Amino acid sequence: MAEDVWILGITMTKFGKRPNDDALDLASEAALGALADAEVSMRDVGILGFGNVMRVVEGQQLQKQIGQTGIPVFNVSNACATGATALRAAVMAIKAGETDCGLAVGVEKLSGAGLLTGGSRSSDADTWTRKGRYGAVASVDGRIGTEIMPGVFAQIGQEYGHRYGGASFELFARISEKNHAHSTLNPMAAYQKQMSLEEIMGDVMIAYPNTRPMCSANCDGAAAAVVVSDSKLKTLSLSQQRRAVKISASILTSDPYEEGCQVLPNVNTLTKNAAAMAYEQAGVGPEDLDLVELHDCFATAELVHYDNLGLCEEGGAVDFFESGATWRTGTTPVNVSGGLESKGHPIAATGIANIWEVATHLRGEGGARQIEGARVGLAHVIGLGSSCGVHILERSAA
Amino acid sequence: MTEQISLVDYLVLGDEPHLVAHECTACGARFFDRRNACAECSGTEFRSADIPTEGELRTFTIVAFAAPGIPVPFVAGVVDCGGTSVRANVVDVEPDAEHVQLGMKVKLKTFPIGTDTAGTEAIGFAFAPLSREG
Repeated sequence: MAEDVWILGITMTKFGKRPNDDALDLASEAALGALADAEVSMRDVGILGFGNVMRVVEGQQLQKQIGQTGIPVFNVSNACATGATALRAAVMAIKAGETDCGLAVGVEKLSGAGLLTGGSRSSDADTWTRKGRYGAVASVDGRIGTEIMPGVFAQIGQEYGHRYGGASFELFARISEKNHAHSTLNPMAAYQKQMSLEEIMGDVMIAYPNTRPMCSANCDGAAAAVVVSDSKLKTLSLSQQRRAVKISASILTSDPYEEGCQVLPNVNTLTKNAAAMAYEQAGVGPEDLDLVELHDCFATAELVHYDNLGLCEEGGAVDFFESGATWRTGTTPVNVSGGLESKGHPIAATGIANIWEVATHLRGEGGARQIEGARVGLAHVIGLGSSCGVHILERSAA
Repeated sequence: MTEQISLVDYLVLGDEPHLVAHECTACGARFFDRRNACAECSGTEFRSADIPTEGELRTFTIVAFAAPGIPVPFVAGVVDCGGTSVRANVVDVEPDAEHVQLGMKVKLKTFPIGTDTAGTEAIGFAFAPLSREG
């Protein structure tokens, strides 16, 4: 039986516009912050998992700033699940017994990036020539559906609404209203502006039913975590043991084949699979969760993940939201950080920053937004392509 | 007559334009791209399967913000054509939530998207509402 793995130190930088910091500055700030939080140094770390989707920096460059100790670096890329993948690499190395301490870092510089896919279109060639795996003679974005993420995830939410009913533009906007309201208590968020339903629905339409404030915010940021084995933790100080957060489940899945999944990405099945495996591994159920950070890259996505994570009964996501359960005062607070719609979404940082949020509540260090008495929490990310990371965390008993 | 070429391999022109998929002979899974093997069963033999030209709109979005050169707004969606999902635009309908309905019946249509320097016309496809009443 592999050892339990604990988060010993974790941090996120303030998300937002960071014009004076490059990706290395942000990654260094997060990594040094996590090491300080853990009360260890680079000399203690045996593996580095590193993620930067835009590929402007690699883990070795971070080492050259904060400590070249010769340890293996895994530069990973799994779209929006990259941070969770970097952490997963470190966790696996510890479970495999190769090291007793790992560091995972995710960083992105995205302020002002605009549409990340479908953001440009090449002009038609002088003569039609078949190219690519569909033998297309011209660009198909906008001619055969859409490639932009707000449009892809709009369809994912609309599909759920079509299957189970009850979803509407207003319902999706109210999910966004919740997350923007939550963000007002989070000083690390890129945006802390409360928005009324009217403001959200009346804002610039990007891809119906997602208006601009219903989309995740491109911004700069980094997050990092130090993880250790159970036996290593037992050798550390009582204060380190008290603040350690147990990783009760660490799961990464990809999308299994289903009809239509290569036409419109299916973000549901791989999340359901990851959730089922995570609950099994942790020995907890959705009813035990005191808070959830899930991947609200768009308001339309949050709805389907209530269902995918088993927070409600199948098909019941609309009623579940309507009940008020996912507000911070509800039975299953979701995205009390403000979510990607207001906290921001520096892609590779997201899959560690959401774990920082949950860990902060489990440590009782959430300040004004603390969910009182939080003992168990879940963090979820989806990277299109697709990858799903689910981590279940538990407060230390020490 | 003007030479024509379809926008993508899987659009077949002629008297009755239709879409065609690569269907795995072992498990029946259907794909529109060039294949190395089947994503469902890893089989490597495929046959051509004609896709029904009528279907039901399973989901959609109305894209209002896109790359320069793409006319907006437009309706993008997924059409269930007899059990096979097809990505396409929906045309001949007002691009707003009152007129585009989930579950609406639609039919394949083709149209020119441009002519190259050799005089060849490229033909694209989309789906249009099957009936216009209401």
